[in-house]
Amino acid sequence: MTLTPFIRHSGKCAALPRANVDTDQIIPKQFLKRVARTGFGPALFHDWRFLPDGSANPGFELNQPDAAGATILIAGANFGCGSSREHAVWALAEYGFRAIVAPSFADIFTANCCQNGVAPVRLSGDGIDELVRRCRAGNGAYGITIDLEAQRVTDDAAFSAPFAMEPYRREMLLRGLDEIGRTLLEEPRIADFERSRT
Amino acid sequence: MIPRTLFAKVWDAHVVHRFPEGPALLYIDLHLVHEVTSPQAFEGLRQAGRRVRRPDRTVATVDHNVPTGDRSLPLDDPIAATQLDALALNARAFGVELFDLASPNQGIVHVIGPELGLTQPGMVVVCGDSHTSTHGAFGAFALGIGTSEVEHVLATQCLVLSKPRTMEARFIGRRAPGVTAKDLILAMIGRIGTAGATGHVLEYTGEAISALSMEERMTVCNMSIEAGARAGMIAPDQTTFAYLEGRPRAPSNRDWGRTVMAWRQLASDPGAEYDRRVDVDAAAVAPQVTWGTNPGMVTDITGYVPNPDDFATAEERQAVERALAYMALAPGTPLAGLPIERVFVGSCTNARIEDLRAAAQVARGRKVASGVRAMVVPGSQQVKAQGEREGLDRIFLEAGFEWRNAGCSMCLGMNADVLRRGERCASTSNRNFEGRQGAGGRTHLMSPAMAAAAAVAGRLVDVREWS
Repeated sequence: MTLTPFIRHSGKCAALPRANVDTDQIIPKQFLKRVARTGFGPALFHDWRFLPDGSANPGFELNQPDAAGATILIAGANFGCGSSREHAVWALAEYGFRAIVAPSFADIFTANCCQNGVAPVRLSGDGIDELVRRCRAGNGAYGITIDLEAQRVTDDAAFSAPFAMEPYRREMLLRGLDEIGRTLLEEPRIADFERSRT
Repeated sequence: MIPRTLFAKVWDAHVVHRFPEGPALLYIDLHLVHEVTSPQAFEGLRQAGRRVRRPDRTVATVDHNVPTGDRSLPLDDPIAATQLDALALNARAFGVELFDLASPNQGIVHVIGPELGLTQPGMVVVCGDSHTSTHGAFGAFALGIGTSEVEHVLATQCLVLSKPRTMEARFIGRRAPGVTAKDLILAMIGRIGTAGATGHVLEYTGEAISALSMEERMTVCNMSIEAGARAGMIAPDQTTFAYLEGRPRAPSNRDWGRTVMAWRQLASDPGAEYDRRVDVDAAAVAPQVTWGTNPGMVTDITGYVPNPDDFATAEERQAVERALAYMALAPGTPLAGLPIERVFVGSCTNARIEDLRAAAQVARGRKVASGVRAMVVPGSQQVKAQGEREGLDRIFLEAGFEWRNAGCSMCLGMNADVLRRGERCASTSNRNFEGRQGAGGRTHLMSPAMAAAAAVAGRLVDVREWS
């Protein structure tokens, strides 16, 4: 699968500053029966986004008019914990998010993001708090730029913070790599390894 | 030689190549596949014209969305049926062995792997499911992966992975009577939190761990992911070898002695260093029950619902407030005595034969409280058959429990087995996330004996006081 490279992205922010948002919340199990990678966006955060009668929950962060059209989600610590379901990332991407900015992410979720061209950007807790403040004060007009090449998050009002990312994952995102194609180039090594074990 | 950990030994033996940017290309010995996280992976192979590189190292079953009641075809749920059909079609097209609904070996992927002897010490095992950590009980490095990685493993039999750090969880002393493996692991998660082991492979050590049966070790390793760990492992020993000997896919008799000799070398060397360590006083652990909406929100059954004000940070206070609102619990409420409407004995955490025996021992000669619906869902059809040979089904049925077919069932509620909004459930599963067992459902995690006792009492009770 070829992906859109993620080099630099400027976009509007929405804030969901809750810790331990698990993948069951991001995409509840009743939506996991699809056999395609598409169709998950409408169910993103379903049980938070909609009331039991199916109407939009006016209290949920992403339902605020200010959050419409956001492409960057500012989130809490340990985002994406729990189930390995990649459907969570498919749902976030289809909804329109190109990056998640949080103090920390669960391991499997991080891998799933990078496989789908969604950047998991780790900032310090203080940095996240500041972004949440600015996002709320911005009344729907707050945006940031994520520069993956320079590994820095900036805004138009002097916010600037560096972030770290595993070099391999960064490379994948920057180049929109087909990881399988890349590994298959190592086929002789894989075959050698198998022979050495028998 | 520098002393190495169990994890380091397994890792080192599987590195095919080290990429210049850091991660390794790691060889996969066993790839377990199920219906929910694989269809998009097979479709990807198809679109790229790729094959499954090692069908002989790939085993599929159906578990997540299968009905646990009537299994006659066609299934009531046409969307679930489509997913099962897709797996059947993919397994045939790519030459992968499949244990389908008609197979006597069908069951939860993490129950059948060990049961068939597919899971073995020293292996690297993957599956598109976070509870793959279960297989670490055998001294395997076993981890959950996403669907893109499932596709990668299908195509290459390898996974690209940066080497995780290591963390020793040392359980000191012996556990007290009435305290189970589930209580040990819940107590640890309560202590370190749901992100306490992120980026690490846990190795469980200590007297209380060595004393566990294989099935109990699987319960412990199963919940490693609930502490955020990449995997959990326990050094293989005589208990491990005795469990595996003679299982259908275990090494043959001819190779057995030599194989066991190699397995014995896997244990961490004396003096091997871990990046981190946590000590748990196993003797002080009481039966555990969760009160909130993640597995780290847990306390002793003799404990109380906490007060948000008692937490240090604003973030924690908010999280606890949210959890208590969702769970409809007031601070200071004793957990023992909390009325429940549903009971679920099942899941890859606690649906093996010893779990069912423990629940049956409590249920024997008693009745499920009026107004309570209690389900027993064996982890595999083999476990179900074994339970029936032992008469456990009669004990449960006479007590008023439902005795069902194997699957993930109400652990994640992808099939018809779900909580209704507002229902409170005593559950032997692994996650008490909001809506996990059904939108609006309220889950309290605990051991099988505690769940069975709750079914009979109609409320949470301390199983140690259960005569």
